[in-house]
Amino acid sequence: MEAGFQFGFGLDFPQLSQQIAETTQLLVDSAPFLLKGAYFTVVLSLGGMFFGLLLGFGLALMRLSRFKSVSWLARVYVSFFRGTPLLVQLFVIYYGFPQLGIELDPLPAALIGFSLNMAAYACEILRAAIGSIERGQWEAAASIGMTRAQTLRRAILPQAMRTALPPLGNSFISLVKDTALAATIQVPELFRQAQLITARTFEVFTMYLAAALIYWILATVLSHFQNKLEERVNRHDQES
Amino acid sequence: MIVVEKLTKQFKGQVVLNGIDLEVKEGEVVAIIGPSGSGKTTFLRCLNFLEQPTSGRIKVGDIEIDTSRPLNQQQGLVRNLRQHVGFVFQNFNLFPHRTALENVIEGPIVVKKMPREAAVALGKKLLTKVGLAGKEDAYPRRLSGGQQQRVAIARALAMEPEVILFDEPTSALDPELVGEVLATIRGLAEEKRTMVIVTHEMGFARDVANRVVFFDKGVIVEQGEAKALFANPKEQRTQQFLSKFLNHA
Repeated sequence: MEAGFQFGFGLDFPQLSQQIAETTQLLVDSAPFLLKGAYFTVVLSLGGMFFGLLLGFGLALMRLSRFKSVSWLARVYVSFFRGTPLLVQLFVIYYGFPQLGIELDPLPAALIGFSLNMAAYACEILRAAIGSIERGQWEAAASIGMTRAQTLRRAILPQAMRTALPPLGNSFISLVKDTALAATIQVPELFRQAQLITARTFEVFTMYLAAALIYWILATVLSHFQNKLEERVNRHDQES
Repeated sequence: MIVVEKLTKQFKGQVVLNGIDLEVKEGEVVAIIGPSGSGKTTFLRCLNFLEQPTSGRIKVGDIEIDTSRPLNQQQGLVRNLRQHVGFVFQNFNLFPHRTALENVIEGPIVVKKMPREAAVALGKKLLTKVGLAGKEDAYPRRLSGGQQQRVAIARALAMEPEVILFDEPTSALDPELVGEVLATIRGLAEEKRTMVIVTHEMGFARDVANRVVFFDKGVIVEQGEAKALFANPKEQRTQQFLSKFLNHA
């Protein structure tokens, strides 16, 4: 009665301990591959965010331009990249471009795809954030003789960043998870590594769960940095 | 100091200003009064081109801007003019992410390229002048409306403008905070600074301004020496407007 109660899951103890040992061994053996995959995941995430932000900022400025055609161009860009699946965009770049004579390795192809896609979201977030700053701030800067560029840099953007950071952070976390799509264009990132190990060992549940946990850790660490950044940008609210 | 001739402003076909002529001499304090919607704020905003006039001539000091040409074709000239014309807003419009001192030294450092130490010294001096010594490091959110408006006045002074324009500087303030801001402006008047003040504070206009200009429906109806105009308005519309004020006071 007592013994049956303790191991009531249909597993006897020696078998369970053997399974734990095997799983541990499997994880230890695959760790180098998973970590290498995680490295590519981080590279794609950070790279995509960096270039996406850069391009997105340029697009946001275009959206705010006085010239209708410039603004319209940015609008079409955003519409296209938000209106088509990221997976299809990656396929066009990696499998499609070679037909135009542009051959890209998997990693640069993925990096370009994620950057272009992120830029569309960053553009909309930045445009909305800049638009949320009241007219009076532009006028105050103008009234002391600032140029438009000085006004943006000194008065508008520091305030707009407060509004933009939370949605940018969300987009970033989405990007971290979306990098798994790069597996479909041969980038040896985390999910791809899990697939390769699974093909060899048939330990489907363990490997995909391990990959999921690593994504979770990455997202948690990155959102921690995002929170720190938000606190920094908001400091004039807290201090006297 | 300021010469305005035949200034008009139309907004979506509606005439907001209909041929304004006004001259402000150096050291003169001019108060602009009138009912809401009379165009007085629009006029003030036209003086430093926060609004683009439709036609007319505006000259401040040596700078003249042709209002018939698009402003973005003469941005340099407009910016130059704004450096000589301080503007104090109804809603203060301080930069919320900068401290009181940083708000004041922003213009000197960024626009005038003044060395930081010199700008800080100037900023501290000006904050002391408006009664805010010790508040240098406070962010606007932590200041009362009256204190914020006094920082805004210090910010305008920091550019060492030849003229300061005030757009209803006390309208957004709680009644008990109006006095401190008016006292600050009164102090500037005693220094013989050239100022144009759009205001609803009739007592203040009478005591501080040299000249009062009464706006109604986009035109100047009447103007004259401050005390004389309040004591003995000539035009019927001025009388009506002032009597409403006296009845409500």
